[in-house]
Amino acid sequence: MKRIIATLTALIIAVPAWAEIEIEEVTSPGGITAWLVEDHSIPFTALELRFRGGTSLDDPDARGAVYLMSGLIEEGSGDMDARTYARELESLAASFSYRATDDSVSISARFLTENRDDVVDLLQTTIHDPRFDQEAIDRVKAQVISGLKSDQTDPSDIAGRHFAEMAYGDHPYASDGKGTIESVSGLTRDDIVAAYDNVFVRDRLYVGAVGDITAEELGVLLDELLVDLPATGKPIPDKAEVTIDGGVNVVDFNTPQSVALFGQNGIDRDDPDFFAAYVLNHILGGGGFESRLMQEVREKRGLTYGVATYLVPKDLASVYLGSVSSANDRIAEAVEVIRQEWARAAAEGVTQKELDDAKTYLTGAYPLRFDGNGQIAGIMVGMQMEDLPIDYIATRNDKVNAVTLEDVNRVASELLDPDGLHFTIVGKPEGLDG
Amino acid sequence: MVRALALSAALIAATPLFAKEGHEAVTTFTLDNGMDVVVVEDHRAPVVQHMVWYRAGSADEPIGSSGVAHFLEHLLFKGTDTMEPGELSATVAANGGNDNAFTSYDYTAYFQRVAADRLELMMRMEADRMRNIRLTENDIATERDVILEERNQRTENNPRSLFGEQMSAAQYLNHRYGVPIIGWKHEMEELDMGDALSFYQTHYAPNNAILVVTGDVDPDEVKTLADQYYGVIPANPDLPERVRSQEPPQTAERRLTYKDARVAQPYVQRSYLAPERDAGAQEKAAALYLLAELLGGGTTSYLNEKLQFDQHKVVYTGAFYRGVSLDDTTFDLIVVPAEGVSLQEAEDAMDQAVADFIAEGVNEDDLNRIKMQLRAAQTYARDNVDGIGNRYGRALTSGLTVEDVQAWPDIVQGVTGDEIIAAAREVLQPETSVTGWLMRDDEVTQ
Repeated sequence: MKRIIATLTALIIAVPAWAEIEIEEVTSPGGITAWLVEDHSIPFTALELRFRGGTSLDDPDARGAVYLMSGLIEEGSGDMDARTYARELESLAASFSYRATDDSVSISARFLTENRDDVVDLLQTTIHDPRFDQEAIDRVKAQVISGLKSDQTDPSDIAGRHFAEMAYGDHPYASDGKGTIESVSGLTRDDIVAAYDNVFVRDRLYVGAVGDITAEELGVLLDELLVDLPATGKPIPDKAEVTIDGGVNVVDFNTPQSVALFGQNGIDRDDPDFFAAYVLNHILGGGGFESRLMQEVREKRGLTYGVATYLVPKDLASVYLGSVSSANDRIAEAVEVIRQEWARAAAEGVTQKELDDAKTYLTGAYPLRFDGNGQIAGIMVGMQMEDLPIDYIATRNDKVNAVTLEDVNRVASELLDPDGLHFTIVGKPEGLDG
Repeated sequence: MVRALALSAALIAATPLFAKEGHEAVTTFTLDNGMDVVVVEDHRAPVVQHMVWYRAGSADEPIGSSGVAHFLEHLLFKGTDTMEPGELSATVAANGGNDNAFTSYDYTAYFQRVAADRLELMMRMEADRMRNIRLTENDIATERDVILEERNQRTENNPRSLFGEQMSAAQYLNHRYGVPIIGWKHEMEELDMGDALSFYQTHYAPNNAILVVTGDVDPDEVKTLADQYYGVIPANPDLPERVRSQEPPQTAERRLTYKDARVAQPYVQRSYLAPERDAGAQEKAAALYLLAELLGGGTTSYLNEKLQFDQHKVVYTGAFYRGVSLDDTTFDLIVVPAEGVSLQEAEDAMDQAVADFIAEGVNEDDLNRIKMQLRAAQTYARDNVDGIGNRYGRALTSGLTVEDVQAWPDIVQGVTGDEIIAAAREVLQPETSVTGWLMRDDEVTQ
């Protein structure tokens, strides 16, 4: 009995105290909603604007249009060509960055308080009046194509492309959102404009702001930037049907170390078992040196520098992925060990100690994420896209702590599919056929 | 205990977020055994980063044992007299923290990010492994396989990395910066227990280390804990001076081609031997830093305007200067040719543009714009105190002092266009340069 009390005490002590992040919901006069964390300690603001949809909005015959468009937004607007625009942005010492994923296009802005109005004016014309000059299209297209060429001989990229093609059939997820050299070469200015019209619409917009700005100031800013966007755009595609078969697919590529991407069906973010799966993944392959896969593949056998697994719940499909790299003559053993660990976790589940350790780590590490205005703005936008409540941060650790050993082990047996675990291996692996 | 703030000494108020508007809340002092301590406060979140930096990197390795500094970094996660192998990381994780380490030419650093109330535990464990590691032959064999796989992943599988190794090896005729941090493969394969322990015993001591603590901490408390855990470790009286073989005058331009079937996008890289930031004398380095920004720092940089916008000869161009370095560093240029443009044409265009830049002199508007951005960067930097801590760690392991770090922004602001051109004329000399072409192996050199 004494021992149990000691353990419990240790657990309670191990949950660190941390400050609450106070999020306020702000609705602008024009009806734009944003989440705000006011913090006036440093005179700048991070603003995150995210539009659901992303590269999956591409028309099949214009693959890569959304990605290319996201690289062209910063290439001139209004009466400024690309060079004038770049000088203007630099002279304001602000930064705007753009990111297109399968599911969203983000604009991350950072600006000083001292010249906020000028920066917002520039961002307004950036969003509303991009020029998409043919000169800029040709130049940025060449940059994208150069990147795609490099991807063609990058083992990780090769593995990613083959895996996606196998897993997602004819869904947009099946191909790279950057497009192919052929598809990007064929993109026209009309394709770029269509992509722009499809992406930047109000009913798929999520906003987070952190820093030296009040709710009232933010409201004015939001209206200037966003209220005139079109109400809606092209519909988002239907969900993907995930078809992952077990087995091994070897992609022959002459390189000394084989790169393996492995995976199976995943679990949706809003599934009631998501937290159990999240804890399970941490124990199996998600968390640093302590995961079973790191211990078995790296620490005990020295077969790799790194092995990791990830739950990937995207808007239109959920998969469970992992990756490992080993020399061509050792990858077969790494694959074998991973398969064994997958099967062992499915059959036997995890131990109470593993569960307790995972909970202390996951709950303790959660506050470490909130380290900077831009980070917090991004997290808040992610929460809104996942339809989480505004007080989610305060309750998230309770959800992790509520996971029982029974939950994890039930989910392990239901979710983990050792026979359905597929390996795509790029290299010259010895002793593996596929 | 010296509390060095950027500008004023009387700035430690009771609960400052930043002791004075616009400045980093930095406190520095030295323990009795010679261990330097840097504390950077940020009380916005109850999180701390605890780091120990050693003034020992790959360039301090004995001849024939390349990679041993990095190998030892891995081995420090094995056991000590009082900790089981892996226990340190497991304990950090059990406290909701993350830990890792990294090695470079001039330093090796270990860090944990964790809730602020766990700082003492981190110090106890980090102090323990400064002197007390215990390794088995099995640790050596397994971890050597791991670093070989790391080399496979970072280097052998990546033609750009292999090319970079050849560039550095050609650049440095006599200095260890010509040897890769991770090591040459054939020497890594031979690293053993003796190599690792010898490096450990020589270099791991408080008088060769810097403690950097950033986040929600009070400098007085850090001092108390540091005295308790690190202060009791005796200094190593036999700590060797960091004397490395230096470069002779470089008198012959070098050229190389690296061919690899895995190269999809060929490019040209040029490196010049260049002076680094020296304690008390950072002016030339500041000019080189601005030169890199002006030539190849961003969209409006000179090379980008000329080669990409005007001539359409490249898809990417850049200029880089790594000023924080114990010994001579490099100034690098890179051009990635557009489709249909040969490497020779791209190289010629680059050389012509650099010559034109020097002949025309610095555009004052361009220089002022860059200086404005650097001033703003000091504000943005305060959002990332771990980044500030890293800046001190790198500087203090590379021959600079706290005063040098704090003087740097003003020195950069004071550089004139003429000084930048003078630095360019001095450093961009063919005799000290290496020009490399990364090519597909079916490509023909003209």
